[in-house]
Amino acid sequence: MSVAEPAVFELRDVTYRYHQVKALDCLCLAIRPGSRVALLGANGSGKSTLLRILDGLCFPQEGSVWFCGQPLSEETLARDGFGFRRRVGLVFQNPDVQLFSPTVFDELAFGPLQLRWPTAEIRRRVSETLDLMEIAHLRDRSPHHLSMGEKKRVALASILVLDPEILLLDEPTAALDPKSESHMIDFRVRAKGGAKTIVTATHDLDIAEDIADTCCVFQEGRVAAEGPPSQILSNVPLLEQTSLLHSHLHTHKSGAVHAHPHLHRHEH
Amino acid sequence: MPAGSRQTRSFIERTAAVLVDALERAFYAEEVAHEPGFLQRLDPRIKLLGILALMITVVAVRSLKVIAGLFLVALIIAVLSHVPLRSLLKRVWVAVLLFTGVIALPALFTTPGRIAGRLPALGWTITAQGLTSAGFLVARAETAATLCVLLILTTPWAQVLKALRVLKAPVVLVTILGMTYRYLFLLLETARDMFESRRSRLVGKLNGSERRRVAASSAGVLMSKSFDLSSEVYSAMLSRGFHGEVYALDEFESRPFDWIMLGACALVIAAAFWLGG
Repeated sequence: MSVAEPAVFELRDVTYRYHQVKALDCLCLAIRPGSRVALLGANGSGKSTLLRILDGLCFPQEGSVWFCGQPLSEETLARDGFGFRRRVGLVFQNPDVQLFSPTVFDELAFGPLQLRWPTAEIRRRVSETLDLMEIAHLRDRSPHHLSMGEKKRVALASILVLDPEILLLDEPTAALDPKSESHMIDFRVRAKGGAKTIVTATHDLDIAEDIADTCCVFQEGRVAAEGPPSQILSNVPLLEQTSLLHSHLHTHKSGAVHAHPHLHRHEH
Repeated sequence: MPAGSRQTRSFIERTAAVLVDALERAFYAEEVAHEPGFLQRLDPRIKLLGILALMITVVAVRSLKVIAGLFLVALIIAVLSHVPLRSLLKRVWVAVLLFTGVIALPALFTTPGRIAGRLPALGWTITAQGLTSAGFLVARAETAATLCVLLILTTPWAQVLKALRVLKAPVVLVTILGMTYRYLFLLLETARDMFESRRSRLVGKLNGSERRRVAASSAGVLMSKSFDLSSEVYSAMLSRGFHGEVYALDEFESRPFDWIMLGACALVIAAAFWLGG
């Protein structure tokens, strides 16, 4: 890690509460430029709240958040919201909240229009992104007619069209069929060589190695462990303690039935 | 099956059926909109302008024969646009007749004028002027509703919205209309899923107060979900640069055919006013 290179995001003792319930508890975290970070944690561990804070949609009650060396607050966003929105994109877990326009084309054009891009540039970028995400055939379809896999791709495309430097993804493979899931993973594996910083919140350990070079394991609003995927995924006690791994009965091809904690791949 | 149980199930089943029907109608409308018909080929702006002008004409002309003629024009357009007349009969004509019939009925007896007949058994007098007034109301409502449904059935909703924007309807209004339509479906689907899951777990019968409680709690849950959804949607809009003003991109191309059809529409309207203005 270079000392001269400031973190894109730095959180210092951040606490966030929903009423009396702490979602984040004195969280300290730094995300370096160009890194691919997986936020691993069980449901309710604070991952989604963290992504919303990183996207400037909510602000901590205690502690501070820094974006590229500058404080990230309501005041700074009010001053230069356009610059921030241009650089950071969040793909929500539920694509239905993100797809509010009458057609897929309008959906992709929404962000660039709000950022007041020239019309010709908007048309060009939208067409390119539709092709990139292989959804050009959905261009004039209404989002409520799409399958969940198609909605997720359109939701991702609606952010990629802005070409953000930092991409925040909330459970991108949740509720997807295997084909759609592999499509989403392929996209992020392809993005490996790019300069994008990608932060993915997930509890799907199967995809962690493919999408990240650093894993942060969340437990009760704090980072319980941080390290490369190989190190984190081999730490079975940690994964069990953070409810990411559990024992359950299963059958082997030989017919043997037993229970032990393990990760599932496509074969067992 | 006990009668009480049948009643309980029918309440939930009826609600689910209405929700499914609403969704199916919308899908059906989108299917018709993609048929290769006459109205489907027209530029949505021209179509919106023409049909709006025809609707205003229907309301303004003072001859039943002319209104009947405009109704015939609407029928011909429906056939050319592959809109099934049976669907219009079920979803428009019968519904409008029942609705306006109830409103027009008192006019038959209360409008002063020449006596045209008497109601059997009750002996109430029906006047010729009353019949004419009721006829105008029903004919105007039927013809205007037919034209309006033709526009909706043959134009994808997204294009109706874009046409409204091009015709200088306020962007905020059009955006709200679009989002309402979009999320209405999501809430309909949510409501349908809720009712179906409740139905799948329902055993035995519910009494009246329990049924009311089920309905009230379902409405409450749905409202709570809609509040959460609206908050999330707002966040998603903020996240992509929304800051209180909405901008839109419009893209339509009109061809000579569109302008010829607009001219034909103007001729029909001029003839209607000449014959029955």
